[in-house]
Amino acid sequence: MIDLLVSPFVEFAFMRRALLGVVLLSISSCPVGVFLMLRRMSLAGDAMAHAILPGAATGFLLFGLAIVPMTVGGLIAGVLVALGAGAVSRLTVQKEDASMAAFYLISLAVGVLIVSLRGSSVDLMHVLFGSVLALNDEALTLIAGISIATLAALLLLWRGLIAECLDPLFLRSVSGIGPLVHFVFLGLVVLNLVGGFQALGTLLSVGLMMLPAAAARFWTARVDTMCLLAIAIGIASSTAGLLLSYHFTLPSGPAIILSAGLVYFVSILFGGRGILRVLVTRHRHRTA
Amino acid sequence: MSDASLTFSDLTLGYGSHPAVHHLNGPVERGSLTAVVGPNGSGKSTLMKGIVGIVKPMAGAVKTAPGQRLAYLPQQSEIDRSFPARVLDLIGLGLWPKRGLLRRYDHRDRENLRDALDAVGLAGFEHRPIDTLSGGQLQRALFARVLVQKADLILLDEPFNAIDAKTTSDLIALIRHWHGERRTVLVVVHDFELVRDHFPQTLVLARRPIAWGRTQDVMQPDILARARRFDEAWHDDAPWCAADGPHAGHDHTGTASSPVPAAAQRSGSL
Repeated sequence: MIDLLVSPFVEFAFMRRALLGVVLLSISSCPVGVFLMLRRMSLAGDAMAHAILPGAATGFLLFGLAIVPMTVGGLIAGVLVALGAGAVSRLTVQKEDASMAAFYLISLAVGVLIVSLRGSSVDLMHVLFGSVLALNDEALTLIAGISIATLAALLLLWRGLIAECLDPLFLRSVSGIGPLVHFVFLGLVVLNLVGGFQALGTLLSVGLMMLPAAAARFWTARVDTMCLLAIAIGIASSTAGLLLSYHFTLPSGPAIILSAGLVYFVSILFGGRGILRVLVTRHRHRTA
Repeated sequence: MSDASLTFSDLTLGYGSHPAVHHLNGPVERGSLTAVVGPNGSGKSTLMKGIVGIVKPMAGAVKTAPGQRLAYLPQQSEIDRSFPARVLDLIGLGLWPKRGLLRRYDHRDRENLRDALDAVGLAGFEHRPIDTLSGGQLQRALFARVLVQKADLILLDEPFNAIDAKTTSDLIALIRHWHGERRTVLVVVHDFELVRDHFPQTLVLARRPIAWGRTQDVMQPDILARARRFDEAWHDDAPWCAADGPHAGHDHTGTASSPVPAAAQRSGSL
């Protein structure tokens, strides 16, 4: 049993690199996912993931399948879309969900167009679904950097993030920091999606961000606990996914995301705030 | 003038090209307790937002005395009640002016929070999730947050909406306590009885200031009737306002200084 769990990582360097990559990603993108979820922007993460595509595709078009240009391209495209959508929602009557949808759809179409200019469909699959088992030193360094930067930013802005989520109008009445917090946070979303896209692809990287967060919501009513729990769920699903992928020769990205999906379903059923608990406690109440 | 907490000078606030508060002039004295009354759509909330700086003036200015801390309780809060926060987290936001983004809360801050909950009758609610509070309890909690802010200038926008008599009288007691501590308080109120019983000063607003002064002088039937007659709608064909015409000012005799003809009022061309 232990052999099954440990030996793949002991024997193969590519498995160890993959594990290191996804653990680092979990540590930074899961808490970001918690805040996305609490701000009801879960689908905005998905939109951003699509928005990154044209940038990555431009990098791919100019430099071929290379990590750094594709990452920088994705980062630029993601930040442009986040800033554009955020600015439209803050300066006009349109809400962020609508402006975000408009910007990401345009961005996605541009991305697919660029990829089709040069790539074969195999290349497109690589961009869309990533390759966690082929993380090189460059990619790992990048992920580590993103992870550290994200944690630092989250810790610094923690109180502002909570205030901006809980009572944005109050924050505006005591401080002008609200917009800054919002845009830095959107930046963190882009950064983590770009970091995840080496490993899981542009489409699935948002899965590692949102599913552990959504699952953690069923277990706790405290934001800090929720973030820690989401990280733990992220790391556990990543590890499980890699092992499943190794033993059953499954594609690793979907295996990781499906593992997180399994945790999510279990949480819906058995979580402290899940379905079964609600059904059971409905029949018992205290006098006050 | 040196003892003014707030000074309006020809303040016009609005949306698009339409004024919601029209040419307001005068000082709000430090330590005064003022009720802001007027029909729906008369610019009361807009005035509050203008003082906070959320709505920028179309003309004129609000001057706040330097170094004042401001606390604002909006009519429609944007509190996300599904957010996983406890009552303590909500009122802890009130420490922002003191602690900002990074400085740690110390034991005295935590004592402050507990005292504030005590003062509004919510002792024992520290760890209650905010989505389990009733409307009245939430309003008490928001008053506790105002307490924690220790502000010199307190703006409350219709704080007694959908609040029962007991809670209202508790909250009124708090407001009077703030008044006793020489904090400047402006409250948007609809209940004229409350205004007459508890507020020394009253501003009657109907887009333009109808009257502003001592409550017993201002809360007169003819003045209130004039406020009620005001035309709430915006008119796209209303003439542009001449910026330097004669305008109502702060008038302690209780009547506005520029009576406007009824015809002009009907056409919405104020």
